[in-house]
This record gives sequence, structure tokens and C-alpha cells, in this order.
Amino acid sequence: MTAVLQTRGLCKRFGALTVADNIDFTLEAGARHALIGPNGAGKTTFVNLLTGRLSPSAGTVVLGGEDVTRLSQQERIRRGLGRTFQINSLFRGLSVVDNVSLAVAERRGVSGRLFRPASQLSEVRDEAMELLRSLGMADDAQVVIANLAYGKQRLVEIAITLAMKPRVLLLDEPAAGVPSLETHRILDVLDALPAEIGILIIEHDMDLVFRFAKRITILVNGATLLEGTPEEIAADPRVREVYLGERHE
Amino acid sequence: MRHNGSYSASPRIGLLEWLPWAIGVAAFFLMPEYLSLGARILIFILYALSLDLVVGYAGIVTLGHSAFFGLGAYAAGILSARFGVADPALQLLVAMTACALMGLATGAVILRTRGLTLLMLTLAIASILLEVANKATSITGGADGLSGIVVAPILGLFRFDLFGKTAYWLCLAVLFVGWWVTRRLIYSPFGASLVGIRENHVRMVAIGSPVPRRLLTAYTISAVLAGVAGALLTQTNQFVGLNVLSFESSGELLVMLILGGVGRIYGAFIGPVVYMIAQDMLAKQFPEYWSLGIGLLLVIIVLFARDGILGIIDRLVALTRKEAR
Amino acid sequence: MQEFLASLVSVAFHGVAYGMILYVISVGLSVTMGLMGFANLAHGVFAMAGGYILTTSLDHWGLPFPAALAVAFVLVAAGSVVLERLLYARLYAAGELAQVLFTIGLIFMATAIARLIYGTLQQPVHLPEGMKGQFDLLGRDFPAYRVFIILFGAALVAGLWFGVERTRFGAMVRAAVDNRAMAQSIGIDTQKLFMATFALGSGLAGLGGALGAEIIAIQPSYPFEHLVYFLIVVAVGGLGTLRGPFVAALVIGIADTACKYWVPQFGAFLIYVATILLLLWRPAGLFGRTA
Repeated sequence: MTAVLQTRGLCKRFGALTVADNIDFTLEAGARHALIGPNGAGKTTFVNLLTGRLSPSAGTVVLGGEDVTRLSQQERIRRGLGRTFQINSLFRGLSVVDNVSLAVAERRGVSGRLFRPASQLSEVRDEAMELLRSLGMADDAQVVIANLAYGKQRLVEIAITLAMKPRVLLLDEPAAGVPSLETHRILDVLDALPAEIGILIIEHDMDLVFRFAKRITILVNGATLLEGTPEEIAADPRVREVYLGERHE
Repeated sequence: MRHNGSYSASPRIGLLEWLPWAIGVAAFFLMPEYLSLGARILIFILYALSLDLVVGYAGIVTLGHSAFFGLGAYAAGILSARFGVADPALQLLVAMTACALMGLATGAVILRTRGLTLLMLTLAIASILLEVANKATSITGGADGLSGIVVAPILGLFRFDLFGKTAYWLCLAVLFVGWWVTRRLIYSPFGASLVGIRENHVRMVAIGSPVPRRLLTAYTISAVLAGVAGALLTQTNQFVGLNVLSFESSGELLVMLILGGVGRIYGAFIGPVVYMIAQDMLAKQFPEYWSLGIGLLLVIIVLFARDGILGIIDRLVALTRKEAR
Repeated sequence: MQEFLASLVSVAFHGVAYGMILYVISVGLSVTMGLMGFANLAHGVFAMAGGYILTTSLDHWGLPFPAALAVAFVLVAAGSVVLERLLYARLYAAGELAQVLFTIGLIFMATAIARLIYGTLQQPVHLPEGMKGQFDLLGRDFPAYRVFIILFGAALVAGLWFGVERTRFGAMVRAAVDNRAMAQSIGIDTQKLFMATFALGSGLAGLGGALGAEIIAIQPSYPFEHLVYFLIVVAVGGLGTLRGPFVAALVIGIADTACKYWVPQFGAFLIYVATILLLLWRPAGLFGRTA
């Protein structure tokens, strides 16, 4: 197994507050890895450090063998790092297929053309439709996002990121806000993702995490507490303490 | 009737889209006594179109678009009055170049900011130009305005006449080119990505789009279009006044655009037509009531009809279609 | 040398007086923009209204000067509440463009109404006898009214800062500026808070307009003409703070006076350039929180 994404001694401090504390983390190629932890454990900070939205106070981020610590979000995206957002971040006034097309066009490097009509680039639209079909969303292609059910919006969120053909996919709470009856659809989509993509999922829904992940890392107070297979995690007493401790006190 | 460039929108020019041009040509023959007003309307349509590109499509809210309109107007005027260059094509070209440079220089620094800071910076830049035009009297004529502007016949053939016939045709032709270019841009992949930036700036960055460069390109193109409009105003009036640079001018332009409808191309056509005809009929007799009415109209539009006249028409069409079923 | 020193003192003195006025007018704009995120370009309308109310109550209602100032504050604050409830509140969630256009609309209307009632000429301010003369300080003469402005402004600033730091209302405002969702969740009625803050901010603008009517002339184009300065104070000082705009207002008041005194040929050019450079260096202003 080779690591596609790695951090070494990653730290982030805001003044006196340490939100990422010396994190060593490895994501293997084709991994199905989950990052869990109580609220305020620094999960979103960690994701932002990985994507380059925040720059670390110390430590390095390595993507596909290359040190990307100093690179911008765009440059990391171009090197195959994709992410979805915890709260839907879509083009609300546009149709589903247009949402995905924008991402396809950026990846193909044709989005800056000034004079040729966009609709003549039929390969962009075709690829977007193909992707939607693979996610079972072809019927909704023409629907404007603002009129789309929330659960389906979460899928569009994933579709946009997939359109960028990432090698590494960071899924920030893909099931957040989705009624529990519909989470199975999200899970179906996740299960059908291309095997070669390394996936890191941040999620509160433990059912989803334990069904999807082959490996789990627990983050507490900005530091890794534990890493292991779902069985090892479920059996560890410290996990119980972290999640239930406050209630017992 | 919404013109949003996207990968699924057909760029074919619809029949209805030829209507403004038919009206433009017909007006020349039917209302010869209103040609100077007509030329002014055509100029403001081009100016509003340039604003629509940044505000309506790229989602950049600017309070200082008059900077480019004024710069274009003064560039053409100064070239003629101070350097004796009377060729109209050359005047337009210099105005375009000046505005392109200005758009690039200012856009490169201010478009990194957003919100109040961006509003403030656009306003400050326009204010600087106004201050310069006001104080550099030996070049600009200051508060008295710039006169002594000479415009030679177009291509050496068509003289600018007293009735404004030549000016009208020039404005109509230039607007046509401006419209064609803008429309082409909006339907291009570039136009689609501008709409993406307007809809969700953060996400465009996240899908790897070079957002600052896109915005700068749109801003510069818009600056050039506004500058052309300004230069046309100079050529038709053969005079430049300080008011082309004022905040009121930017504000008035925003009013025209929202009146017609933002982000729709043809909102920039309808707005100035309605606004300026009404202004011509009412503003002179009732100046106080005119600006009271405009203010009230603006408030009502923002509260109840944010899509402007075209949006209202869209809704009416949708309603009648529903009833027909 | 002696002469230069004299002009230096004079510039500083007039600059501080002007800065005080700018602060009293603009501080409300900073707080409401920070609190509600509302791009209120029509803030100058409240200042203009305050000025007109002052001159009217002095000339037509025969009120004494202090009472006229109080009336300006109260009427503008009351009027602003009506506007806030009827109109502004509908646009809190709307985009920046809608807010900008709406407030430009208000400016157009206010300008027209002012012209209908008072005509286009600027309003003369009839100061009370005691404030007309010169005030002798360390062998120099200073216009008494400007001395009054500085002292009154300083007292107002002290009261305002004390109020926001020490009172329950102030604590709620600070909490809501910091984190609106949090403030709501601990039971602060943000709607009422917005209304009260808006009223206070607008009232202060009215008071500032009235107080400064002799410095910033009251005439119908007031809200358009001086908008840039009010916005500069807010943008340079930073949103949602009391101190930021104070420093910014004083700096701009002094700098503007200095520019007009020593390099009148540049006009406000240097101020604008400095503002642009500063905002490029610190987009959130001097004391603003960087997001």
C-alpha cells in the first residue's frame, strides 16, 4: 500500500488555543478511512489544513509523495485533492447538470474560453450527465438546486467533487442534515465510488461510519487519540470514555 | 427570457432579440426630432450593459462604475480639445485603451476584497478621478467642463450634423458591436464560470477555478465597454461635464439596470429606455418629484420586484401559460 | 517657525472638531453594519435630517440650542425605528446589491423631500450668543463653538464607551456582534436589539448632523456628498467597533483639514489614496476583525 495523503507533526494554533496538536496521519491509496471525534475536536480544522484553506503553524502535508504544505487550495486541487462541504455549498440558482458541468469544465481546462459558446463543448455536458447517471441522479439533471430535496443536494455536493476526478476525496459530513431514512442512498453512492480513490470521511452518524470505513481515526482536543480497524475502535474503552464520559460525570 | 450562459443553454439569437434593433432603426425614421435623446439612450444602454456584466453576471457590486464612463469621456475629450486629434475612431480607441489599463490596474488590487471594503474601494477610485478632473482645470476644464472638442467625419465620410443623425447611427452601430461581444461572452464557458462565481464564490475556488483572474477579465472588459459609452457621449455632446464621474451617475445607472432587470442582458436595454424617456418628460418640470419618484420606485422594486421589468414580464407570461392549460 | 506652529495648532484644533462630528455621525453606521451586516448607504440621510431639525427648531419653533440638539436626536431616532421596522428589517437577509439599491433609493427620496421643504440653499445655523465669539486659551483665540463641539463630543464618546462596556444593553450588543447565533441561543431578542441599536446609531447621526451643521453645511445633496467620508471612517476604522471609527474619524478629520489648508490644489485626493492603500493593506480596517 502507498500513502496518497500524509501529515507529519501537523500543528495549528490560534493564539494560545491549539486546535491541531502534532497530528501524524496517513491515508492509503484506495482507503476507506473515517475521522471521528466529539464536537470541537478539531476535525474541520484538520480538513481545512489538508485542503490548504488554513496554513499550519508547524508540520507538513504530503500529497501523492509531494510536499504541498506551501501550496494554495487551487494547486492542491489540481494535484487531485477533492473535498465536499459540511454545509451544502452549491450554485443554488443553476440546474444540477450545470453545477456539475462547471466542475468538469474546470478540470478539462476549457472554462476560460471567451468566445466559443459553452454549449458547443458537448463533451463537458456529456461527462456531467454520465456522472449523474452513475449516481442515479439523471432524472434530476434539469432541476434547479434551490428546488431540490436536501438529501439530493448532498449528492450533488459529492457529484461536483467527483467531477474533478480526485485521487483523494475528503467527505465532510456527507450525511449531515439528511433524514435517517435517506442516509442509505448516500451510503449506496459512497459504496459505488471508484475503488482507486482514497477516501477520508468525517461523520457523526456512527452507523454510517462503521458500515463504510475500513479504518478509523479518533481525534480528541486536536490530537489523534487512537487509530485502528472498526473492530478495534469499537472494543477500545477509551472511545466509550470520550463519547460518553461527559454524561457520566 | 433569462440569459444565463451555461453548458446547456443554446446560444442561438432568438427572434425577440432582434426587436431592439428593429426599434432602434425604426425610431430613426419615425421620430427624427428625438434623435439626440435617442443617441443618449443608446449610450446609456451600452453603459448599463457594461455594468450588467460585472454586477449581474460576475456579482461584483460596484459603486464606482462612473470611473470608467468618465475616464472614457475625458480621454476622448482631452485627446481632441488638448491634442487636436479629431478622428472619432482614434478617440474611441484611446478611450478604450485608457479604460482597459485603468480596469486592469484597479481591478487587480480591489477585486481581492469583498463586501463593504470592495464597495468602499470602488467608490474611492471614482472619487479620486472626480477630484482629479475637478482640480486639474488646465487639462479637464474643471467645474466648467471641457469644451472645444472637435470630432471629424467618421471614416472621412459622415459628418456629425446638427440634428444628431450621424451620432445616432454611430451609437447604434457601436452598441450593436458591444451587445454582440457581451452576448458572446455570456454564452461562453467564461460567462458560465462568471455566473458560477456569482452564485457561489467559495465553491468556484474549491473546484479549482482561477476566480481572481476571471473577475479581473470581466471587470476589464466591462471597463472598456463603459469607456466606449463615455467616449460616445463626448462625441455626441462635444462637451464633457464633471457629472459623468459623480456618484449620482453611478447610482442612476444602477437604478436603470435594476429597473430593467439585472443579469438578463435586455434589462440593460429596457431600463435606460424607460428611465430616460420618463426623465425627459418629467424631470425638467418636476425635478423634486422626479427624484422622489425614482427613490420610491427603487425602494418598491427592491422590496417587491427584484427582477425588474423583465422579471415582471416573465412572471406574467408564466401566469398566462398556467391559465391557458 | 512661529507662524507654522500657529497654523499647526489651528489645523489640529479644527481637525479634531471635524473628526468629532465625523465620529458622532459614523459610529452608528459602524455598529449597525457590524451587527446586522447591512450596507446602509443612507446613513447620511439621518445626519441631514438632524441638521434640518436643528435649524427648524431654532428658527421656527424658537427652541433653545440644547433643546434643539435633543429634539434632533429624539426625532431622528424615532423616525429611524419606523424605517427599520417597515423597510430595513425586510432586507436583512437580502443580498448586498438589494441593500445598496434600497438605500440609494432612500437617499433619492430624502434629497427630494429636503428640496421640496427647504429649497436647494444651505441652511444658516443661528448659534446662541454665548457660542458665537472666540474662546481664549493660552493666549490664542479659538472659535467658541468648535471648543464646545470638542468638549461635547468627548463627553458623548466617554458616555457611549462607558455604556457599551458597562451596561446590560452594551453587553448584549457586544455579544451579538461577536456571534449572533450564540447570542440568540442564550435568549437575547436580536430583533429588539437590532431595533434599539439602529435607533441609537441613527439618533447619534442626527445629533452629529445637528451639532456639525455649522461645519458640514446642511443642504439637500448632503447624503450623497458626504457619504464617502462616512464610509471611509467606518471602513478604515473597522466594522462593529467603537474605538476603530473614533481613531479613524480623528485621523481623517485632521488629515482632511491639513490637506485643505496646506495643499488645497489636491483637494480630497490624498485622503482617498491613503484610504485605498490602507484598505489594501488591511481589508478589515484598522481595528476590524480579520475573518
